[in-house]
Amino acid sequence: MVIHSRKLLTIITEAALEGTLIRDVERLGAQGYTITDARGKGRQGVRNAGWEASSNIRMEILCDADTATAIADHLRQHYYEDYAMTLFLVEVGVWRPEKF
Amino acid sequence: MDPIILFFVLGLGSGLLRSELRLPSAVYDFLSILLLLAIGLKGGIELAKQPFADLLPQMSAVLALGFLLPLVAYPVLRRVGRFKRADSASIAAHYGSVSVGTYAVAVAYLVNRQIYFEEHMPLLLVLLEIPAILVGIVLARGLSRQTKWGVVAHEVFLGKGIVLLMGGLLIGWIAGPAGTEAISPLFFDLFKGVLALFLLEMGILTAGQIGSLRRYGLFLLGFGMGMPVFSAVVGTALALLLGLSVGGTTMLAILAASASYIAVPAAMRISVPEANPTLSLAAALGVTFPFNVLLGIPLYHAMAVQAQAFWGG
Repeated sequence: MVIHSRKLLTIITEAALEGTLIRDVERLGAQGYTITDARGKGRQGVRNAGWEASSNIRMEILCDADTATAIADHLRQHYYEDYAMTLFLVEVGVWRPEKF
Repeated sequence: MDPIILFFVLGLGSGLLRSELRLPSAVYDFLSILLLLAIGLKGGIELAKQPFADLLPQMSAVLALGFLLPLVAYPVLRRVGRFKRADSASIAAHYGSVSVGTYAVAVAYLVNRQIYFEEHMPLLLVLLEIPAILVGIVLARGLSRQTKWGVVAHEVFLGKGIVLLMGGLLIGWIAGPAGTEAISPLFFDLFKGVLALFLLEMGILTAGQIGSLRRYGLFLLGFGMGMPVFSAVVGTALALLLGLSVGGTTMLAILAASASYIAVPAAMRISVPEANPTLSLAAALGVTFPFNVLLGIPLYHAMAVQAQAFWGG
């Protein structure tokens, strides 16, 4: 089977942003996403998910390069300043390109 | 001493000593869902017994209180505390709103001492939760067109706390005292046990705030204890005007004095993102919650007794 190349964009941020993020990434062309609860430490301190105000989510989006860029630009402009947020992008292979 | 308070102290102590003790967050969620529903149900059952129109003066007075308290807190934070505009507005909103956890402890306190209080208090609790959030946003932003009021309204009215409290109220109201008998073992008989576990986790969370409190200094500490006492005086005065009982006066003082640490932080994070959430949580959770639970409730009760003896009818 042929393997097609796509981007995997991972966003780690505050759980409070979940609803807003979902609206944003869908509007910017993501066809799907996966969200998991996350814990960790970063520049904004330990976020240990003890309760809502300190919990994090990890959102993963498989998409093409253009969509990934559009989403990353939008997030950097709107949320970098005020929210705890980490973004990274990796190249991945998928088998059903029409899904992403 | 009430054992539930000792659970809080246990959580606080083990948090400060960096014990590994932690309730899984799903358990904490479950406990808070039970508490919110139980409080809502209790209020709803009471509403079923009396004509709704009789409560309208109390409801509007409490709404006014919710608008007033943050407007008092804001200038103090801005001028004396020298906080930024957004931070002052956000902290003010936390203090204008209510903490359901504190309310639950007060219920246990009064029930333990067999002191009567008006059982429709949960309705006032819900009402007092909302106005401060709106005032906070307007204080931070002005009446800006940029504020997405649709999103704010969604966050405020469909937040977990409000949905469960309102849902409980409605279920209690519709089902009435007889209808809710079947579910009362879970929601009412177990109330104190659930509250004890909830407070254990609250103690651990409170201990986690002490570090950031150290960073932000004495003003927050003073404000975190001064503001609730002031609010309690306002609440007591209002209760006298409304003709509440001693227990009801204590309750309204506690509702006024408590500071939100669930609904408001979530709403502020979305609506006023430039406000530093660490500041308001350190004050509301690190200072005011333990202050109210350990000292405030007996203090406000004593105040209510005195006030009723002097001015009460």
